[in-house]
Amino acid sequence: MIPGAFDYHRPNSVGEAVKLLAELGDDARVLAGGHSLIPMMKLRMAMPEHIVDLQDIAELSGISESGGTITIGAMTRQAEIIGSEMLARQCPILREAALQIADPQVRNLGTIGGNVANGDPGNDMPAIMQALDATYLVEGSDGSREIAARDFYEAAYFTALKDGEVLTAVRFKTPPAGHGQAYEKQKRKIGDYATAAAAVVLTMDGGRCKTAAVALTNVADTPIFADAAGQALAGSGLEPAAVDAAVQAAEAAANPSADGRGPADFRKRVAGVMVRRAIAKAAERAA
Amino acid sequence: MSKMHVKMTVNGKPVEGLAEPRTLLIHFLREELNLTGPHIGCDTSHCGACTVDLNGQSVKSCTMFVAQANGAEVTTIEGIAAPDGTLHALQEAFREHHGLQCGFCTPGMITRAYRLLQENPDPTEEEIRYGISGNLCRCTGYQNIVKAISAAASQLNASKEAAE
Repeated sequence: MIPGAFDYHRPNSVGEAVKLLAELGDDARVLAGGHSLIPMMKLRMAMPEHIVDLQDIAELSGISESGGTITIGAMTRQAEIIGSEMLARQCPILREAALQIADPQVRNLGTIGGNVANGDPGNDMPAIMQALDATYLVEGSDGSREIAARDFYEAAYFTALKDGEVLTAVRFKTPPAGHGQAYEKQKRKIGDYATAAAAVVLTMDGGRCKTAAVALTNVADTPIFADAAGQALAGSGLEPAAVDAAVQAAEAAANPSADGRGPADFRKRVAGVMVRRAIAKAAERAA
Repeated sequence: MSKMHVKMTVNGKPVEGLAEPRTLLIHFLREELNLTGPHIGCDTSHCGACTVDLNGQSVKSCTMFVAQANGAEVTTIEGIAAPDGTLHALQEAFREHHGLQCGFCTPGMITRAYRLLQENPDPTEEEIRYGISGNLCRCTGYQNIVKAISAAASQLNASKEAAE
Protein backbone atom coordinates (compact mmCIF):
# COMPACT_ATOMS: atom_id res chain seq x y z
CA MET A 1 0.00 0.00 0.00
CA ILE A 2 1.50 3.30 -1.13
CA PRO A 3 0.40 6.55 0.48
CA GLY A 4 -0.42 9.63 -1.56
CA ALA A 5 2.42 12.01 -2.39
CA PHE A 6 3.30 14.87 -0.06
CA ASP A 7 5.99 17.42 0.67
CA TYR A 8 7.98 16.72 3.78
CA HIS A 9 8.96 19.27 6.40
CA ARG A 10 11.02 18.73 9.52
CA PRO A 11 11.04 21.88 11.65
CA ASN A 12 13.38 22.37 14.62
CA SER A 13 11.12 24.32 16.93
CA VAL A 14 7.47 24.55 17.90
CA GLY A 15 7.44 28.13 16.61
CA GLU A 16 8.66 26.98 13.21
CA ALA A 17 6.13 24.14 13.12
CA VAL A 18 3.25 26.46 13.95
CA LYS A 19 4.40 28.94 11.29
CA LEU A 20 4.59 26.16 8.71
CA LEU A 21 1.11 24.93 9.59
CA ALA A 22 -0.27 28.47 9.27
CA GLU A 23 1.32 28.87 5.83
CA LEU A 24 0.35 25.45 4.51
CA GLY A 25 -3.24 25.57 5.74
CA ASP A 26 -5.46 22.53 6.02
CA ASP A 27 -3.52 20.50 3.45
CA ALA A 28 -0.90 19.91 6.13
CA ARG A 29 -0.82 17.29 8.86
CA VAL A 30 1.46 16.98 11.84
CA LEU A 31 3.40 13.70 12.09
CA ALA A 32 4.45 12.41 15.51
CA GLY A 33 5.16 8.68 15.80
CA GLY A 34 3.14 8.01 12.67
CA HIS A 35 1.49 4.83 13.87
CA SER A 36 -2.02 6.17 13.37
CA LEU A 37 -1.44 8.59 10.51
CA ILE A 38 0.75 6.41 8.27
CA PRO A 39 -1.67 3.44 8.24
CA MET A 40 -4.48 5.91 7.39
CA MET A 41 -2.36 7.36 4.60
CA LYS A 42 -1.54 3.90 3.25
CA LEU A 43 -5.27 3.25 3.03
CA ARG A 44 -5.69 6.70 1.39
CA MET A 45 -8.16 7.57 4.11
CA ALA A 46 -5.84 10.51 4.77
CA MET A 47 -4.08 12.28 1.89
CA PRO A 48 -2.30 15.34 3.28
CA GLU A 49 -0.21 17.31 0.80
CA HIS A 50 2.27 18.36 3.46
CA ILE A 51 3.69 16.42 6.36
CA VAL A 52 5.20 18.37 9.24
CA ASP A 53 7.36 15.87 11.13
CA LEU A 54 7.94 16.90 14.76
CA GLN A 55 10.80 14.46 15.49
CA ASP A 56 13.58 17.09 15.58
CA ILE A 57 11.82 19.39 18.04
CA ALA A 58 13.76 18.67 21.23
CA GLU A 59 11.50 20.84 23.39
CA LEU A 60 8.59 18.46 22.70
CA SER A 61 10.28 15.46 24.34
CA GLY A 62 10.78 14.61 27.96
CA ILE A 63 9.11 13.88 31.25
CA SER A 64 9.50 16.23 34.20
CA GLU A 65 8.05 16.90 37.61
CA SER A 66 8.20 20.20 39.43
CA GLY A 67 6.07 21.87 42.07
CA GLY A 68 3.63 18.99 42.29
CA THR A 69 2.97 18.92 38.54
CA ILE A 70 4.03 16.30 36.01
CA THR A 71 4.58 17.42 32.41
CA ILE A 72 5.12 15.03 29.52
CA GLY A 73 6.19 16.43 26.17
CA ALA A 74 4.01 15.44 23.23
CA MET A 75 6.80 13.63 21.36
CA THR A 76 7.66 11.44 24.34
CA ARG A 77 7.48 7.85 23.08
CA GLN A 78 5.42 5.18 24.83
CA ALA A 79 8.68 3.29 25.42
CA GLU A 80 10.04 6.30 27.32
CA ILE A 81 6.94 6.40 29.48
CA ILE A 82 7.47 2.72 30.28
CA GLY A 83 11.12 3.41 31.11
CA SER A 84 10.53 6.42 33.37
CA GLU A 85 11.31 5.61 37.00
CA MET A 86 9.71 8.85 38.15
CA LEU A 87 6.40 7.93 36.47
CA ALA A 88 6.56 4.36 37.77
CA ARG A 89 6.83 5.83 41.26
CA GLN A 90 4.53 8.86 41.03
CA CYS A 91 1.93 7.88 38.46
CA PRO A 92 2.21 4.16 37.68
CA ILE A 93 -1.03 3.99 35.69
CA LEU A 94 0.81 5.46 32.69
CA ARG A 95 3.37 2.68 32.61
CA GLU A 96 0.69 0.07 33.25
CA ALA A 97 -1.34 1.36 30.30
CA ALA A 98 1.59 1.96 27.94
CA LEU A 99 2.68 -1.66 28.39
CA GLN A 100 -0.73 -2.67 27.02
CA ILE A 101 -0.50 -0.50 23.89
CA ALA A 102 0.28 -2.38 20.68
CA ASP A 103 3.72 -4.05 20.73
CA PRO A 104 7.37 -3.14 21.44
CA GLN A 105 8.15 -1.84 17.94
CA VAL A 106 5.06 0.39 17.86
CA ARG A 107 5.78 1.71 21.36
CA ASN A 108 9.28 2.75 20.27
CA LEU A 109 7.72 5.26 17.88
CA GLY A 110 4.21 5.92 19.17
CA THR A 111 3.98 9.10 21.25
CA ILE A 112 1.80 10.32 24.10
CA GLY A 113 0.91 13.42 22.09
CA GLY A 114 -0.20 11.46 19.08
CA ASN A 115 -2.14 9.05 21.25
CA VAL A 116 -4.15 11.80 22.95
CA ALA A 117 -4.44 14.26 20.03
CA ASN A 118 -5.59 11.92 17.29
CA GLY A 119 -9.05 11.48 18.79
CA ASP A 120 -9.18 7.75 18.03
CA PRO A 121 -11.61 6.27 20.59
CA GLY A 122 -9.48 3.10 20.66
CA ASN A 123 -6.45 4.94 22.04
CA ASP A 124 -5.75 4.25 25.71
CA MET A 125 -4.19 7.46 27.03
CA PRO A 126 -7.19 9.79 26.60
CA ALA A 127 -9.30 8.04 29.27
CA ILE A 128 -6.33 8.01 31.61
CA MET A 129 -5.77 11.72 31.03
CA GLN A 130 -9.43 12.30 31.87
CA ALA A 131 -9.18 10.23 35.05
CA LEU A 132 -6.08 12.24 36.07
CA ASP A 133 -7.87 15.49 35.12
CA ALA A 134 -4.95 16.36 32.85
CA THR A 135 -4.58 19.51 30.80
CA TYR A 136 -3.33 19.57 27.23
CA LEU A 137 -0.98 22.39 26.25
CA VAL A 138 -1.60 23.63 22.75
CA GLU A 139 0.34 26.07 20.57
CA GLY A 140 -1.05 27.85 17.54
CA SER A 141 -0.37 30.96 15.51
CA ASP A 142 -2.65 32.89 17.88
CA GLY A 143 -0.55 31.84 20.86
CA SER A 144 -0.83 29.08 23.41
CA ARG A 145 -3.82 27.77 25.31
CA GLU A 146 -4.75 24.96 27.63
CA ILE A 147 -7.58 22.49 27.15
CA ALA A 148 -8.84 20.10 29.83
CA ALA A 149 -8.69 16.46 28.72
CA ARG A 150 -12.28 16.15 29.91
CA ASP A 151 -13.35 18.84 27.40
CA PHE A 152 -11.11 17.85 24.51
CA TYR A 153 -12.95 15.02 22.74
CA GLU A 154 -15.97 15.87 20.58
CA ALA A 155 -16.49 12.78 18.39
CA ALA A 156 -14.32 10.11 16.80
CA TYR A 157 -11.28 11.98 15.37
CA PHE A 158 -12.86 15.34 16.21
CA THR A 159 -11.28 17.26 19.05
CA ALA A 160 -11.03 20.79 20.41
CA LEU A 161 -7.72 21.16 18.59
CA LYS A 162 -8.08 23.75 15.82
CA ASP A 163 -6.46 23.61 12.40
CA GLY A 164 -2.89 24.79 12.67
CA GLU A 165 -2.56 24.02 16.36
CA VAL A 166 -0.01 21.60 17.80
CA LEU A 167 -0.50 19.76 21.07
CA THR A 168 2.84 20.30 22.82
CA ALA A 169 2.48 18.55 26.19
CA VAL A 170 0.15 16.93 28.69
CA ARG A 171 0.22 18.16 32.29
CA PHE A 172 -1.43 16.93 35.47
CA LYS A 173 -1.05 17.22 39.23
CA THR A 174 1.26 14.63 40.78
CA PRO A 175 -1.15 12.21 42.46
CA PRO A 176 -1.02 12.74 46.25
CA ALA A 177 0.09 10.30 48.93
CA GLY A 178 -2.59 7.69 49.59
CA HIS A 179 -3.65 7.49 45.97
CA GLY A 180 -4.18 4.31 44.00
CA GLN A 181 -4.66 3.89 40.30
CA ALA A 182 -5.27 1.08 37.85
CA TYR A 183 -5.89 0.59 34.15
CA GLU A 184 -7.72 -2.61 33.24
CA LYS A 185 -7.97 -3.46 29.56
CA GLN A 186 -9.72 -6.37 27.92
CA LYS A 187 -8.36 -7.10 24.45
CA ARG A 188 -8.50 -10.07 22.14
CA LYS A 189 -4.80 -10.17 21.41
CA ILE A 190 -1.59 -8.14 21.49
CA GLY A 191 -1.95 -5.14 19.24
CA ASP A 192 -5.73 -4.99 19.39
CA TYR A 193 -7.71 -2.06 20.68
CA ALA A 194 -9.71 -2.63 23.85
CA THR A 195 -12.99 -4.49 23.82
CA ALA A 196 -13.41 -2.17 26.79
CA ALA A 197 -10.95 -0.64 29.27
CA ALA A 198 -11.25 1.37 32.46
CA ALA A 199 -9.00 3.84 34.25
CA VAL A 200 -9.60 4.38 37.97
CA VAL A 201 -7.73 6.94 40.08
CA LEU A 202 -8.71 7.24 43.73
CA THR A 203 -7.40 8.56 47.02
CA MET A 204 -8.04 6.75 50.28
CA ASP A 205 -7.99 8.16 53.79
CA GLY A 206 -8.35 5.75 56.70
CA GLY A 207 -10.41 3.21 54.75
CA ARG A 208 -12.67 5.89 53.20
CA CYS A 209 -12.48 6.84 49.57
CA LYS A 210 -11.85 10.60 49.49
CA THR A 211 -11.84 11.19 45.74
CA ALA A 212 -12.41 8.90 42.77
CA ALA A 213 -12.31 9.35 39.01
CA VAL A 214 -13.38 6.72 36.49
CA ALA A 215 -12.92 6.89 32.71
CA LEU A 216 -13.50 4.39 29.91
CA THR A 217 -11.72 3.53 26.65
CA ASN A 218 -13.29 2.41 23.35
CA VAL A 219 -16.91 2.10 24.46
CA ALA A 220 -18.19 5.21 22.66
CA ASP A 221 -16.96 7.47 19.86
CA THR A 222 -14.96 9.40 22.46
CA PRO A 223 -13.31 8.42 25.73
CA ILE A 224 -15.90 8.57 28.51
CA PHE A 225 -15.32 10.39 31.76
CA ALA A 226 -17.82 8.55 33.96
CA ASP A 227 -18.40 11.29 36.51
CA ALA A 228 -21.32 9.50 38.23
CA ALA A 229 -19.19 6.39 38.73
CA GLY A 230 -16.54 8.40 40.53
CA GLN A 231 -19.17 10.12 42.64
CA ALA A 232 -20.62 6.75 43.66
CA LEU A 233 -17.24 5.86 45.13
CA ALA A 234 -16.25 9.17 46.71
CA GLY A 235 -17.14 9.28 50.41
CA SER A 236 -17.82 5.54 50.56
CA GLY A 237 -15.78 2.82 52.19
CA LEU A 238 -15.73 1.00 48.82
CA GLU A 239 -18.27 -1.45 50.22
CA PRO A 240 -20.01 -3.75 47.71
CA ALA A 241 -23.05 -1.46 47.32
CA ALA A 242 -20.85 1.52 46.42
CA VAL A 243 -18.79 -0.50 43.96
CA ASP A 244 -21.97 -1.91 42.37
CA ALA A 245 -23.34 1.62 42.01
CA ALA A 246 -20.12 2.78 40.35
CA VAL A 247 -20.12 -0.18 37.96
CA GLN A 248 -23.75 0.51 37.03
CA ALA A 249 -23.02 4.19 36.49
CA ALA A 250 -20.06 3.36 34.25
CA GLU A 251 -22.11 0.89 32.22
CA ALA A 252 -24.83 3.50 31.82
CA ALA A 253 -22.26 6.00 30.54
CA ALA A 254 -20.85 3.54 28.00
CA ASN A 255 -22.32 3.54 24.53
CA PRO A 256 -20.34 1.02 22.49
CA SER A 257 -21.20 -0.16 19.01
CA ALA A 258 -21.13 -3.79 17.95
CA ASP A 259 -17.92 -4.74 16.16
CA GLY A 260 -15.55 -7.69 15.80
CA ARG A 261 -14.92 -7.46 19.52
CA GLY A 262 -18.51 -8.33 20.35
CA PRO A 263 -22.09 -7.10 20.46
CA ALA A 264 -22.77 -3.74 22.10
CA ASP A 265 -24.31 -5.24 25.26
CA PHE A 266 -21.33 -7.51 25.76
CA ARG A 267 -18.87 -4.65 25.44
CA LYS A 268 -20.90 -2.57 27.89
CA ARG A 269 -20.74 -5.41 30.41
CA VAL A 270 -17.02 -5.83 29.82
CA ALA A 271 -16.63 -2.12 30.60
CA GLY A 272 -18.39 -2.77 33.92
CA VAL A 273 -16.11 -5.71 34.68
CA MET A 274 -13.04 -3.62 33.87
CA VAL A 275 -14.28 -0.87 36.21
CA ARG A 276 -14.86 -3.37 39.01
CA ARG A 277 -11.39 -4.87 38.63
CA ALA A 278 -9.74 -1.46 38.35
CA ILE A 279 -11.46 -0.24 41.53
CA ALA A 280 -10.26 -3.30 43.46
CA LYS A 281 -6.72 -2.93 42.17
CA ALA A 282 -6.58 0.84 42.75
CA ALA A 283 -7.93 0.42 46.30
CA GLU A 284 -5.34 -2.24 47.05
CA ARG A 285 -2.56 -0.03 45.73
CA ALA A 286 -3.82 2.95 47.74
CA ALA A 287 -3.65 0.94 50.97
CA MET B 1 6.20 16.53 -4.51
CA SER B 2 9.74 16.28 -5.74
CA LYS B 3 12.20 13.62 -4.72
CA MET B 4 14.42 14.26 -1.76
CA HIS B 5 18.01 13.39 -1.12
CA VAL B 6 18.15 10.71 1.56
CA LYS B 7 21.26 9.72 3.49
CA MET B 8 21.56 7.05 6.12
CA THR B 9 23.92 4.43 7.48
CA VAL B 10 22.74 0.93 6.71
CA ASN B 11 24.56 -2.06 8.18
CA GLY B 12 27.52 0.16 8.91
CA LYS B 13 27.84 1.62 5.42
CA PRO B 14 26.83 5.12 4.40
CA VAL B 15 24.19 5.06 1.68
CA GLU B 16 22.31 7.75 -0.15
CA GLY B 17 19.64 7.99 -2.75
CA LEU B 18 16.81 9.99 -4.21
CA ALA B 19 13.35 9.05 -3.06
CA GLU B 20 9.91 10.51 -2.77
CA PRO B 21 9.25 11.34 0.89
CA ARG B 22 6.23 9.02 0.82
CA THR B 23 8.43 6.02 0.05
CA LEU B 24 8.14 3.63 2.96
CA LEU B 25 11.42 2.67 4.58
CA ILE B 26 10.81 -1.00 3.76
CA HIS B 27 10.47 -0.17 0.05
CA PHE B 28 13.63 1.93 0.09
CA LEU B 29 15.57 -0.89 1.74
CA ARG B 30 14.24 -3.60 -0.54
CA GLU B 31 13.96 -1.80 -3.85
CA GLU B 32 16.67 0.90 -3.76
CA LEU B 33 19.27 -0.87 -1.64
CA ASN B 34 18.38 -4.44 -2.68
CA LEU B 35 18.23 -5.51 0.96
CA THR B 36 15.45 -8.03 0.61
CA GLY B 37 15.99 -9.60 4.04
CA PRO B 38 13.33 -7.52 5.77
CA HIS B 39 10.00 -8.71 4.40
CA ILE B 40 6.64 -7.13 3.72
CA GLY B 41 4.11 -9.32 5.47
CA CYS B 42 0.86 -7.71 6.57
CA ASP B 43 1.82 -4.15 5.49
CA THR B 44 -0.31 -2.91 8.41
CA SER B 45 2.22 -2.75 11.31
CA HIS B 46 1.01 -5.96 12.91
CA CYS B 47 3.22 -8.83 11.80
CA GLY B 48 6.75 -7.53 12.33
CA ALA B 49 8.26 -9.21 9.25
CA CYS B 50 9.62 -5.78 8.23
CA THR B 51 11.34 -5.17 11.59
CA VAL B 52 14.66 -3.36 11.37
CA ASP B 53 16.86 -1.70 13.94
CA LEU B 54 16.75 2.09 13.71
CA ASN B 55 19.01 4.20 15.95
CA GLY B 56 19.20 1.32 18.41
CA GLN B 57 15.51 0.50 18.53
CA SER B 58 13.34 -2.08 16.82
CA VAL B 59 10.85 -0.49 14.42
CA LYS B 60 8.44 -1.67 11.76
CA SER B 61 9.81 -0.31 8.51
CA CYS B 62 6.44 -0.60 6.73
CA THR B 63 5.15 2.16 9.00
CA MET B 64 7.85 4.74 8.51
CA PHE B 65 8.49 7.10 5.63
CA VAL B 66 12.01 7.11 4.28
CA ALA B 67 12.01 10.84 5.01
CA GLN B 68 11.64 10.09 8.73
CA ALA B 69 14.66 7.78 8.59
CA ASN B 70 16.83 10.38 6.86
CA GLY B 71 20.06 10.57 8.87
CA ALA B 72 19.37 7.39 10.82
CA GLU B 73 21.48 4.32 11.52
CA VAL B 74 19.72 1.22 10.30
CA THR B 75 20.56 -2.45 10.78
CA THR B 76 18.75 -5.13 8.83
CA ILE B 77 19.06 -8.92 9.02
CA GLU B 78 21.85 -8.60 6.41
CA GLY B 79 23.95 -6.73 8.98
CA ILE B 80 23.65 -9.18 11.83
CA ALA B 81 26.13 -11.90 10.84
CA ALA B 82 29.87 -11.11 11.07
CA PRO B 83 31.42 -9.60 7.91
CA ASP B 84 33.21 -12.92 7.21
CA GLY B 85 29.85 -14.67 7.12
CA THR B 86 30.03 -16.27 10.56
CA LEU B 87 26.47 -16.45 11.79
CA HIS B 88 25.33 -14.50 14.85
CA ALA B 89 24.52 -16.63 17.92
CA LEU B 90 20.82 -15.97 17.28
CA GLN B 91 21.05 -17.21 13.69
CA GLU B 92 22.90 -20.35 14.85
CA ALA B 93 20.35 -20.92 17.60
CA PHE B 94 17.38 -20.57 15.21
CA ARG B 95 18.94 -23.25 13.03
CA GLU B 96 19.91 -25.48 15.94
CA HIS B 97 16.52 -25.28 17.67
CA HIS B 98 14.39 -25.35 14.56
CA GLY B 99 13.14 -21.81 15.22
CA LEU B 100 11.80 -21.50 11.69
CA GLN B 101 9.83 -23.47 9.19
CA CYS B 102 8.89 -21.44 6.12
CA GLY B 103 11.31 -18.67 7.15
CA PHE B 104 9.16 -15.72 6.17
CA CYS B 105 9.02 -14.16 9.64
CA THR B 106 12.60 -15.11 10.52
CA PRO B 107 14.47 -11.93 9.44
CA GLY B 108 12.10 -9.76 11.47
CA MET B 109 12.07 -12.22 14.34
CA ILE B 110 15.87 -12.36 14.58
CA THR B 111 16.30 -8.61 14.10
CA ARG B 112 13.83 -8.03 16.94
CA ALA B 113 15.49 -10.67 19.15
CA TYR B 114 18.89 -9.08 18.41
CA ARG B 115 17.69 -5.84 19.99
CA LEU B 116 15.74 -7.58 22.75
CA LEU B 117 18.89 -9.33 23.98
CA GLN B 118 20.64 -5.96 24.17
CA GLU B 119 17.77 -4.46 26.12
CA ASN B 120 17.57 -7.50 28.38
CA PRO B 121 20.55 -9.87 28.07
CA ASP B 122 19.07 -12.58 30.29
CA PRO B 123 15.32 -12.65 29.65
CA THR B 124 12.87 -15.12 31.18
CA GLU B 125 10.62 -17.10 28.87
CA GLU B 126 7.79 -14.69 29.65
CA GLU B 127 9.98 -11.69 28.84
CA ILE B 128 10.98 -13.25 25.53
CA ARG B 129 7.35 -13.89 24.62
CA TYR B 130 6.38 -10.34 25.55
CA GLY B 131 9.48 -8.94 23.80
CA ILE B 132 8.62 -10.60 20.48
CA SER B 133 4.88 -9.95 20.76
CA GLY B 134 5.07 -7.63 17.77
CA ASN B 135 6.30 -10.44 15.51
CA LEU B 136 3.93 -13.06 14.18
CA CYS B 137 4.90 -16.57 13.10
CA ARG B 138 2.26 -18.77 11.51
CA CYS B 139 4.35 -21.98 11.38
CA THR B 140 6.21 -22.74 14.56
CA GLY B 141 3.75 -21.98 17.35
CA TYR B 142 6.63 -19.90 18.80
CA GLN B 143 7.90 -22.66 21.09
CA ASN B 144 11.12 -23.22 19.20
CA ILE B 145 11.61 -19.51 18.56
CA VAL B 146 11.50 -18.89 22.30
CA LYS B 147 13.91 -21.80 22.87
CA ALA B 148 16.27 -20.43 20.22
CA ILE B 149 16.32 -16.92 21.68
CA SER B 150 16.86 -18.31 25.15
CA ALA B 151 19.72 -20.51 23.93
CA ALA B 152 21.31 -17.58 22.09
CA ALA B 153 21.09 -15.48 25.26
CA SER B 154 22.93 -18.17 27.24
CA GLN B 155 25.51 -18.51 24.49
CA LEU B 156 26.11 -14.74 24.28
CA ASN B 157 26.34 -14.42 28.07
CA ALA B 158 28.79 -17.34 28.25
CA SER B 159 31.05 -15.82 25.59
CA LYS B 160 30.89 -12.46 27.34
CA GLU B 161 31.95 -14.06 30.63
CA ALA B 162 34.72 -15.98 28.92
CA ALA B 163 35.98 -12.74 27.41
CA GLU B 164 36.09 -10.98 30.79
